[in-house]
Amino acid sequence: MSEKKTSAAMCEKPVDAIVTGVQSRGLWADAWRRFRKDRLATVGLVVILFLVAVAIATLIIDWATHNAIYDQYVIKQNLSMKLAGPSLEHIFGCDEYGRDILFRLIWGTRYSLFIGIVSILFALICGGVLGAVAGFYSGWIDNLIMRVMDIFLSIPSMVMAIAIVSALGTGTFNLLLSISVPQIPRLARIVRASVMSVKDREFVEAARAVGAGDALIIFKYVIPNCLAPIIVQASLNVGTAILNIAGLSFLGIGVEAPAPEWGSILNAARTYMRDAWHISIIPGLVIMLTVLSLNLVGDGLRDALDPKLKN
Amino acid sequence: MAFLEIKDLQVDYATDEGVVHALNHVDLELHQGETLGLVGETGASKTTMAKCIMRLLPQRTGRIHSGKIIYQDQDLLQASDQEMRKIRGAHIAMIFQDPMTSLNPVLTVGEQIAEAVENHRHCSKAEAMRRAEEMLELVGIPAQRVGEYPHQFSGGMKQRVVIAIALACDPKLLIADEPTTALDVTIQAQVLEMMQALKEKLNTSMLLITHDLGVVAQNCDHVAVIYAGEIVEYGTVRDVFKRMSHPYTRGLFTSIPQVNADVKRLIPIPGMMPDPTQLPAGCKFCTRCQFADDRCRREHPGLYPVEGIHTARCFRLEKGGSLT
Amino acid sequence: MKGEKKELIRTEHLKKYFPTPRGLLYAVDDINFSILEGDTLGVVGESGCGKSTLGRAILRLHEPTDGTVFFDGEDILKLNRRQMKDKRKDMQIIFQDPYESLNPRLTVSQAIQAPLIIQGMYKASDRAGLEKKTLEMMDLVGLARRLVNTYPHELDGGRRQRIGIARALALNPRFIVCDEPVSALDVSIQAQVLNLMQDLQEHLGLTYMFITHDLSVVKHLSTNIMVMYLGQMVEMGTPAQIFKHPCHPYTKALLSAIPIPDPDQRMDRIQLKGELTSPINVGPGCRFAKRCVYATPECSQTGCALREVEPGHVVACHMVGEAVD
Repeated sequence: MSEKKTSAAMCEKPVDAIVTGVQSRGLWADAWRRFRKDRLATVGLVVILFLVAVAIATLIIDWATHNAIYDQYVIKQNLSMKLAGPSLEHIFGCDEYGRDILFRLIWGTRYSLFIGIVSILFALICGGVLGAVAGFYSGWIDNLIMRVMDIFLSIPSMVMAIAIVSALGTGTFNLLLSISVPQIPRLARIVRASVMSVKDREFVEAARAVGAGDALIIFKYVIPNCLAPIIVQASLNVGTAILNIAGLSFLGIGVEAPAPEWGSILNAARTYMRDAWHISIIPGLVIMLTVLSLNLVGDGLRDALDPKLKN
Repeated sequence: MAFLEIKDLQVDYATDEGVVHALNHVDLELHQGETLGLVGETGASKTTMAKCIMRLLPQRTGRIHSGKIIYQDQDLLQASDQEMRKIRGAHIAMIFQDPMTSLNPVLTVGEQIAEAVENHRHCSKAEAMRRAEEMLELVGIPAQRVGEYPHQFSGGMKQRVVIAIALACDPKLLIADEPTTALDVTIQAQVLEMMQALKEKLNTSMLLITHDLGVVAQNCDHVAVIYAGEIVEYGTVRDVFKRMSHPYTRGLFTSIPQVNADVKRLIPIPGMMPDPTQLPAGCKFCTRCQFADDRCRREHPGLYPVEGIHTARCFRLEKGGSLT
Repeated sequence: MKGEKKELIRTEHLKKYFPTPRGLLYAVDDINFSILEGDTLGVVGESGCGKSTLGRAILRLHEPTDGTVFFDGEDILKLNRRQMKDKRKDMQIIFQDPYESLNPRLTVSQAIQAPLIIQGMYKASDRAGLEKKTLEMMDLVGLARRLVNTYPHELDGGRRQRIGIARALALNPRFIVCDEPVSALDVSIQAQVLNLMQDLQEHLGLTYMFITHDLSVVKHLSTNIMVMYLGQMVEMGTPAQIFKHPCHPYTKALLSAIPIPDPDQRMDRIQLKGELTSPINVGPGCRFAKRCVYATPECSQTGCALREVEPGHVVACHMVGEAVD
């Protein structure tokens, strides 16, 4: 035993003299450090967090005031202020029913952001499970799942969304579903590809060699190592989802009026574009800013999670 | 007069973790027609040296602080990009470690060799293609295979193609960065033998970068041992192998099991290469050296002569004579 | 002395074929050997000769196509899933690439503890027990205790390989397949790891199957050496037998190709024609015939059975008698 100790000690000891104090950082912590170095991505993240905070705040206010503020400022029509331009009282002006655009935009964050995020989460879970099963087991099950996904992919996402809403009727849940379903095959493909690249790596074989079962291998060894590309794709897809929600509302089959969804504000404003530019420009800019921020975050995440790509 | 002379070369990399001192005041000479072996482990900056000569350092992070690389009375570090493009390939060619990734998969091997020829010689496509066939024959591949794609070749054959591309314009200097590390032993022997024969036939000089002492002993005229960005021992192969004077060179030698000797237990070099962002102030090897004393940790040793051109960077040679 | 040792591993007609679009790939084709307890069998061959597949087939990481594997007298290919899981405690593997073989999301301690929890030797809630065992393993393989919470990407290749070894040893195995454990390491680190493995074998009585392409490493470590070519064993014997009297032309070529680190000893290389041929849809004859300088037309017609040329030294070649001289 003593001899064994000496051989071990001989190998490590001189090293201890050189490196003192090992600060340990996981890969996630490392990625976060790199992400913070990316200014644009950080700005994007701040914008998104701000919007989420705003959305949550409006929900709390509605709950606390029993929708009083919502009814008073967001819904209530005031035809005397119809199409009023920006002023001190109404910074962004008013819409065709004289409602304050700032209030409508603020109360509208919940639709765009929450439906966007929740629909992608839903798509991620469905697509993730399908993709992981297809990638991990391969063979006929992979073929079956991926061919079905291919069929879904061959339908343009907007067309499918319209079809779903037309079939099921409008409503928040149906809207969520119609945004979510077209994203499932896209996420499934990515999950499948990254699962396939990870499942044959040696550390998975090492886990098998100590007797680990499939479930443990999938959850502890495969999934944590293929999250990076999935997170990136999901964050970029939230932007697409928000655009799709706005698009559906713009077509009049999204969130029902008088709810202040950004796309529907834009749709209503279309008619008055010549007389009141502000009611179409401002919601348009807000949508753009949100999607841009999400894309910046997505790009930043990609660079942070896969530093090899950048150098 | 040396054919290629590296003087006081100092190269840094700026990384997230700090400044990596990749090469620290390196002096090296290469003579016409000779093979110089550059031996060292991962992180010793062997490849950085090669990239410096080719001026292929990553622009974003790599910085050449000082030094000269003199080739035919011209300092390559001062050459313009255009001059450098003319030198690369035509005068100095490089072979990379991994033959699998250094060929373009969508071009036939013939096209790739011909392209290298066309870049430097004003000749017709047909002439370039003829040259490509000639080169393939030269590296031991039948000329009929000129129209095949890289994936149709095995690893050893690909490395031959890479060598054919490198030699297509009759370079005066060939830099081979671990050319056979990715190959099996029998293939390695074939490729090295072929390189040796070609080198003699074409009178090319060669800088052979490797970690394998066996490859150096069998193929080189001179050898430079590099540790943490510094040449620690230099001399003819026979001198260095017969009279290893730096503790690191000796450590490398006792670390490898040998087929022609029976050793019960290997004697490894303890510890590991120092962090290149925080190199020790004195001798770079002092943290792993069994002979290190206070002076080694404080002062930086110069190169001391052992015998003739054989030099080593160790205080124990200061008074001349041998290590033991 | 040798007679007292017990046989730990024996394979009989072990085969592993992989179906490929172009036909059957004969990765391991009818391999028979045995390893005595406490010995090291070195398996050498060039890339693609099936040596890694052989190691994995013995551990049932690749399910063998045919044949039997006995571990301590028990046919492990007959074991069901649960019995096999239990058997895995006794047989472990160390991988080649220390960068690939560790889960990048697990710390050193998690990596060492995973097998213990999976095998139910410790409960996940038994923090104190696990920690004690982890530190014990780290001491054993010479990893400084302060590294217990570091992640693999923060460590160099040598230390990662030590984690790999600690993980394999955590279950107290008796047999370890070492699949090129030092090939990815630097020369000086290589020696550290080889010494460690030698010490561990001595102190824990381990049995190794050491797979490598590096002949000098096998010579240094092995009690027996098996040379493989395209899925078949072409020669087997003690290091002295293989290195002093190599009989098979392939073994000779392999030996003569090693660059000797001595400028005065010029290599006297035996020419090999061409490169490794494809292991897919191999014909009946000797698989080495196409590259062999001694090959006769007969060689590519009929395969050659293994023949014993001296006690413990077997060769698969028609020409053995003449080739020896």
